[in-house]
Amino acid sequence: MNDMPTPASIGLSREDLPNSYIGRSVPRPNLPKLVQGRATYTDDVVLPRMLHAAFLRSPHAHARIAAIRTEAALAVPGVVRVFTGADLAKVCDPWVAVLDHLKGMKSAPQHPLPLERATWQGEAVVAVLADTRAAAEDGVAALEVDWDPLPAQTDMETALDAGTVVIHPELGDNLVFTRTATKGDVDAAFAAAHKVVEATFVTGRHTGVTLEPRSIIADYNRADGTLTVHQATQAPHMMQTVYAKHLRMEEGQVRVICKDVGGSFGIKVHVYPDEVAVAAVARILGRPVKFIADRFESFASDIHARDHRIKARMAVEADGTIIGFDVDDLTGIGPYSVYPRTSAMEGNQVVNLVGGPYDFAHYRCTTRVVLQNKAPTCQYRAVGHPIATAVTEGLMEMAARELGMDPIELRRRNMIRDDAYPFTSPPGMRFEGLSHHASLDKLLEMVPVARIRADQEAQRKRGVYRGLGFAAFIELTNPSPFMYGIGGARISAQDGCTVRMDPDGSVVASSGVTEQGQGTEAILAQIVAHGVGVPVERVKIITGDTLNTPYGGGTWACRGAGIGGEAALQSALALKAQILEVAGAMLQAAPESLDIVMGHITDRATGAERMSLHELGRIVYFRGDTLPRDLPRELVQTRHFITKEYPFAFTNGIQACWAEVDTDTGMVKLLEHWVVEDCGRVVNPLLVDEQVRGGVVQGLGGALYEHCVYDERGNLLTTTMADYLVPMSAEMPDIHVGHVETPTKESLLGAKGAGEAGTAGAPGALMNAINDALAPLGAHVLEQPFTPARILAALGRF
Amino acid sequence: MMITLTVNGERVTRHVEPRRHLIDFLRLDLGLTGSHAGCEHGVCGACTVRVDGEIVRGCLVLAASLDGAEVTTIEGLTDSGEVADLQEAFVARNAAQCGFCTPGMVMAAADILAHHADADRAAIREHLSGNYCRCTGYQAIVEAVETTLAARREAVR
Repeated sequence: MNDMPTPASIGLSREDLPNSYIGRSVPRPNLPKLVQGRATYTDDVVLPRMLHAAFLRSPHAHARIAAIRTEAALAVPGVVRVFTGADLAKVCDPWVAVLDHLKGMKSAPQHPLPLERATWQGEAVVAVLADTRAAAEDGVAALEVDWDPLPAQTDMETALDAGTVVIHPELGDNLVFTRTATKGDVDAAFAAAHKVVEATFVTGRHTGVTLEPRSIIADYNRADGTLTVHQATQAPHMMQTVYAKHLRMEEGQVRVICKDVGGSFGIKVHVYPDEVAVAAVARILGRPVKFIADRFESFASDIHARDHRIKARMAVEADGTIIGFDVDDLTGIGPYSVYPRTSAMEGNQVVNLVGGPYDFAHYRCTTRVVLQNKAPTCQYRAVGHPIATAVTEGLMEMAARELGMDPIELRRRNMIRDDAYPFTSPPGMRFEGLSHHASLDKLLEMVPVARIRADQEAQRKRGVYRGLGFAAFIELTNPSPFMYGIGGARISAQDGCTVRMDPDGSVVASSGVTEQGQGTEAILAQIVAHGVGVPVERVKIITGDTLNTPYGGGTWACRGAGIGGEAALQSALALKAQILEVAGAMLQAAPESLDIVMGHITDRATGAERMSLHELGRIVYFRGDTLPRDLPRELVQTRHFITKEYPFAFTNGIQACWAEVDTDTGMVKLLEHWVVEDCGRVVNPLLVDEQVRGGVVQGLGGALYEHCVYDERGNLLTTTMADYLVPMSAEMPDIHVGHVETPTKESLLGAKGAGEAGTAGAPGALMNAINDALAPLGAHVLEQPFTPARILAALGRF
Repeated sequence: MMITLTVNGERVTRHVEPRRHLIDFLRLDLGLTGSHAGCEHGVCGACTVRVDGEIVRGCLVLAASLDGAEVTTIEGLTDSGEVADLQEAFVARNAAQCGFCTPGMVMAAADILAHHADADRAAIREHLSGNYCRCTGYQAIVEAVETTLAARREAVR
């Protein structure tokens, strides 16, 4: 569909013309407000008669709620009302987070506030409403709750044992979901293999730590029967549906507004019971209610992720050819599957993605998703990818060591050929076009491997242990309805864009995808400017308002550029065609002989300016009497886009990490990091590079520092940023980013997702670097995060 | 209690509760929403503001202790033009994504410009290591500060 080496060949303006913006590093138009402190985050919004919510949260991992006494709380100055689970159940229906296409999946009904039992420490149990947040917190402190503590299920390894605590007895057991993908004959192939490497990997439970915590203001107006929700969310239309459905309203009665968002990474695409509670309270009170999670609440009630134990084997021939993978994944997801995307996706992705870059015949991968009395887990940036990549690439480097092969050569031998597409992987993923070999070649142009290996050798003689690790990966982007829609969730895989030209020749585009800081509005402005033919400064973008944007899915699974961008391009091209039809009538010229360049109608052949859009707008809007009677003059166009050929547009890439391990302290120093990734057409190289860098650092954080630590009774021990460590600037390396571009043919734009590539590959690359450093000492680490204690233990020093 | 202080060059008199933190005083009492509350433990740096010439954590300072003080927030720093070049470099280098850390980051970076004109990359990384950014991976921020320092050194020469 998009055989377009340049935009010129598809009828856009010539690439060397000024308004050719696709592929250009244009600064983000909405950055000045961010650097001047003039953004509007949800907490910055103040409404008349607004109340503030604070929650009493369960101090126990599992406990029956015996009694709640509210008198003392209601006596606190400023406190207005107190709500329990039973109060909210009168206006709000519970949800069960399962999807039909995840066969056999089960979960328990969840209310905004629990009716009888708290099932994780930090679960919101009682809501206190007051005229300030401080007064609401005073009210929470004055609440009296009688708890009957119950035994907690905290170890996923024993979650399915006979006699274990079954968190929801009506479900029968703690198994939420299991799936096995098989291809070929794994047992026979492994039995006949030259060599089998095997290991048990652990990825640590961690969380997103968006600097802006979860934030919501819900405002129910009895006069017109509408619920307006200001919320930091990735998916306004999905939330509109959720509020309407569970508060027994029509979708059209609910409006979700999302202004600036202080980071999401998947954290803000889920339904949180405390946020639904706020909406239910607003519905009851008929006035605005604000809830801003504090950092403790964020750690205890934002979704966690990546709590996996993976036993994995890989069989190889003597020449390094991969025979197959045999993988057993176990993941604990907390006491409920998270609504509406479910908590089975991460394990499911592990099954889909292990071995992703390679061509092999035999595959068996099982995931089991089990309940625990810990905070719920769900989709977080690069869902499942960092796990599958670390397992695959960890096995690759083990095999290279066992076979005495160069790890790069081992990869090159097994990577799917760049001319082998379309290609279907053993677990059934369909790849339209990937570039593993070109990406590896590009990486080797960037990484001075020979110099690094020489330095490594020299440093070892001095007792300094440095390692170089690689990780190739695939990434799932541009999801179709096969991700959620076919499972019955009202989550749109389609997105739309409306582009209009106003009288002064300026252009306004409204889109269903959302800005979380990644630069969505910037690339939409570029695409629209490019498509219509105006300077990018003349384009204004509207996102994050269900009342004023076309229906769409929002931001998740890397779809903003690929889906939202294509809708913007198509609507911009349609507007351009419409403008040229009007211009043709005005100028007595054939529309196809005209073009629009930097806000002017030009003669396509000569480039001569014929008329400004400003003048065209003046005539259309104010002197329509001078135009031919039947001339269509709607200077507004809407287009929607959805992928149709492939369930997902896969991307690929490879990373390299160069790190030093202090064998006395166990500390890891990151020296340098490289990434090559192929996200199809790059709309804005500056933004893509920074997405990749940020993603790498997020991946490195999970691999080195970040860990939601629970004790055996289910007490969360990491509830402040002093306990839960995140990557800071001093510890992070310089990161070099390169690109290979394999556009998807599903769209004219050809863009795929770029936001998760960094996170997908970084933990595996770092693990391999550490183990390369430790190899001469006979030590290795496979359990993330790679803390000093674990590294010293591996060295036998702790 | 009543306090009178100077905020962004303007005299302000307010009644504050003893437990009111500076960040809440700025955001809730004065409407200066450019500074953000991120962790409330003095770790993340999102609430970084200037008090009597030094950068402090707005979540660790009680407003009641600031009678007579001079406070500068991102709004005042911007209006003064003191770091207009730095802010331009942030925009050019895409040194912000969600922007929630950015005002605090700019305040911390302004401190480098004011006091550490010769800071190199490592020193910049070290100085900014009390300001958490989840989005950028820091490199663009470091480079925006580095670029600004270099341009200022060049201008002095």
